[in-house]
Amino acid sequence: MSIRVVHYLNQFFAQKGGEEAAHLGIEYVENPIGPGVQLAKMLEGKIDLVGTITCGDSWFNENQEVACEGIRELLIQTKPDLVITGPAFNAGRYGMACGNVAQVAENLGITTISGMYPENPGHAVFNPYLYAVETGNSAASMRKALPDMVKTVEHFLENDQTMGLPEEGGYMPRRVRVNFFAEENGAKRAVDMLLNRLEGKPFTPEFDMPVYDRVPPQPAVEDLSKATIALITSGGVIPAGNPDRIESSSASKFGIYSIEGLDRLEAGDWETVHGGYDPVVCNKDPNRVAPVDALRELEKEGRIGKLHDEYFATVGTGTPVSNAEGFGKEIAMHLQKAGITAAIMTST
Amino acid sequence: MKLEVGDIHVDALEFGSVSTVEGHTVSINREELTSYLKTLDNRLTSLELNIARPGESVRIMPVKDVLEPRVKVEGKGAIFPGIAANGNEMVGCGRTHVLKGMAIVTAGKIVGFQEGVIDMSGPGADYCPFSDKLNLVITAEVEESCTPHEHEAILRKVGQETALWVGRMAKDVEPHEVTTYETKSLAEQVIENPELPRVGYIYMLQSQGLMHDTYLYGVDAKQILPTLLEPTEAMDGALTSGNCVAASDKVTTYMHQNNPVIHELFKHHGTRYNFVGAIVTNENVTLKDKERSSAFTTKLASQLGLDAVIVTEEGYGNPDTDLVMNCKRLEDAGIKTVLITDEFAGRLGESQALADSTDRAKAMVTCGNGNPVVDLPAMDVVIGHLDTTDHIVGGYEGSLHEDGSMTIEIQAIIGATSAVGFHNLAARAG
Amino acid sequence: MVKEIEKVMPVVHLATVVPISKTVGANRIVPAIAIPHPLGDPTVNLKAEKQLRKDLIEKGLAALETSIDEQTVF
Repeated sequence: MSIRVVHYLNQFFAQKGGEEAAHLGIEYVENPIGPGVQLAKMLEGKIDLVGTITCGDSWFNENQEVACEGIRELLIQTKPDLVITGPAFNAGRYGMACGNVAQVAENLGITTISGMYPENPGHAVFNPYLYAVETGNSAASMRKALPDMVKTVEHFLENDQTMGLPEEGGYMPRRVRVNFFAEENGAKRAVDMLLNRLEGKPFTPEFDMPVYDRVPPQPAVEDLSKATIALITSGGVIPAGNPDRIESSSASKFGIYSIEGLDRLEAGDWETVHGGYDPVVCNKDPNRVAPVDALRELEKEGRIGKLHDEYFATVGTGTPVSNAEGFGKEIAMHLQKAGITAAIMTST
Repeated sequence: MKLEVGDIHVDALEFGSVSTVEGHTVSINREELTSYLKTLDNRLTSLELNIARPGESVRIMPVKDVLEPRVKVEGKGAIFPGIAANGNEMVGCGRTHVLKGMAIVTAGKIVGFQEGVIDMSGPGADYCPFSDKLNLVITAEVEESCTPHEHEAILRKVGQETALWVGRMAKDVEPHEVTTYETKSLAEQVIENPELPRVGYIYMLQSQGLMHDTYLYGVDAKQILPTLLEPTEAMDGALTSGNCVAASDKVTTYMHQNNPVIHELFKHHGTRYNFVGAIVTNENVTLKDKERSSAFTTKLASQLGLDAVIVTEEGYGNPDTDLVMNCKRLEDAGIKTVLITDEFAGRLGESQALADSTDRAKAMVTCGNGNPVVDLPAMDVVIGHLDTTDHIVGGYEGSLHEDGSMTIEIQAIIGATSAVGFHNLAARAG
Repeated sequence: MVKEIEKVMPVVHLATVVPISKTVGANRIVPAIAIPHPLGDPTVNLKAEKQLRKDLIEKGLAALETSIDEQTVF
């Protein structure tokens, strides 16, 4: 039985032209094209390459949202078991398009195998979504890239349609953590590691401590009495009823709420949805986590110019750093647009 | 200290007209136990007993705790010392009988956010270490006027009393298997095996608030200074869970009774090292408490002359700081550490897995990433309340689908990633 | 989160678990009271608690007014 595969190509490899055709939009044809013809031949009887999605690199990257929606619809219609993109070699815009396709496919539960040069930004940006076989940096290496990609597809087929370890699957490590069921429970593995450590034998830690990067400090605020200050919390204090349905752990979003004219956050009107601490004390007086009352007084006293009317809240517990970074970026954009001077963030 | 643990292997659990243990079958008089449990608290409004067996199409949720029925046969004290009646003596000596293969599960309306799911079959069963047990499930509801704290305390009592009631049925039964666990005093160990290194266990307990507490001899762990525990005391229920942490991360009472680190450390005791004992410490909510407990733990470890320890964590987020602090101080004191943790590295495993970090941690074991989502198919029978799916930790808007199936993060499954190393879920780079 | 904001404007992090704040890379850090109530203390009377809260914010504001070259706990 062969599996259904959809292939993604840019305008160049779809034989529509070079830069002059990069503005072309998405098109779908029900047959293999270019490198896809070879892939289909090399994997004959194992895959059924049902169609090819093509798109101009410039158009894809300039209309990313529309492009992704288009890809999504096509994947829903064509129901592939596997998506193959590229190989994109070191073509940056092509690599980014391949990465976007992989992300859309991942959200639909479909695996994507691609081919890229290790420095292609599409690999760096989309690594969690993409199983990329290492290729040379230009199309000159096509003759080696295709057999390598074929090997990875074959591994996927032989391995119950899963990718296995990078070295088994022949793809570049994605720098992600992958769950698996070990032979022994964690306690047994820990005692084995302890014995090795005690007896001076080599052992491999299962996990390395995370490394966090740094940003340089901003200069001081010169005159707070003219400054607008924004309040942000990861302590989960939101309007009662949780209008934005923020998760109590592992938050996927943050909320923006108006505190315009409020002297304080009243118990009953505001509550915490944070699942990582006992909420009782906070719910009796939400200002204990989001100190609107004190900031309002300091505003009235002229210590600060203004407390920003919009207040930002999310839940910090169990929330992956990657999500938190995303929230930070978006909040920073809001603050910048609103002309805010500085921010106070509280964490529980 | 010497404890004989006699396991009665249970392979059938049923309701019957009399409560007995015969061979491998436990039979429970449902009405008798139900009416006893109803007398425990007058704020209980309903209480129902059900049996969930491995392989059945049954989902139990929201689950509060899981316990193992045990009984003290010889020796001082009672199971759950400090809580049970006549239970103010030290435990961990003599003989204890266990109904092995079954568990008591407490369920009922959601108390906090941190109750979890047990599926008895399907993909969810692979993630849950209690899916292969014969589970006696108590679904209990309380008066609406109860605060969440009172609600939790009532369920906790019901669970413990059920475990004791069922455990007592094993008192006069001849066990199928008896294992002896013995640790001598430090002085005796050193005289007997002077050449062996000394190993201990740093047993971190979640203690973040009234609903987030673990109890040691009935004392709220947030109020303790770190203290010494004989490993066998845990087997007699010296530690009980009353906390709410993400379901996958929770160290249930069952896991305290069967702490896998203690069991594994006993295996090489007296041959490759001397297993001196456990140091119980907490994970409190102020920095001052965290620093004091960590410093005190390190002092006790030094005082015992430990060469190496295993450190386990309960929960994630701020307790990562307690873990890191303990690691740094112990390594600074020349004590080698192996840390067991789990990871919260994002749904695709793309993110940093711990909230705090130290380059002193050289030996880490992981019990898996709690963030990836799993699809759990609908089950024929639901014990408890399915409508809590979107609100529990690990759930999100749209987690529960119309047909009763659900898509949730692994962290919603009881015991899936628990960092005492109870289950075999792990994670690797990929 | 705090780091992304620091990229565009000064931000002070009022956090109970200072080690986490330091690890994730906040630059201006003010230690708060306890995890369930970083800016409050239910054991004192409401008036004293409010003053405590204002004092902590004042400390945060002072941190924003201070030039720093590296991560600083105020």
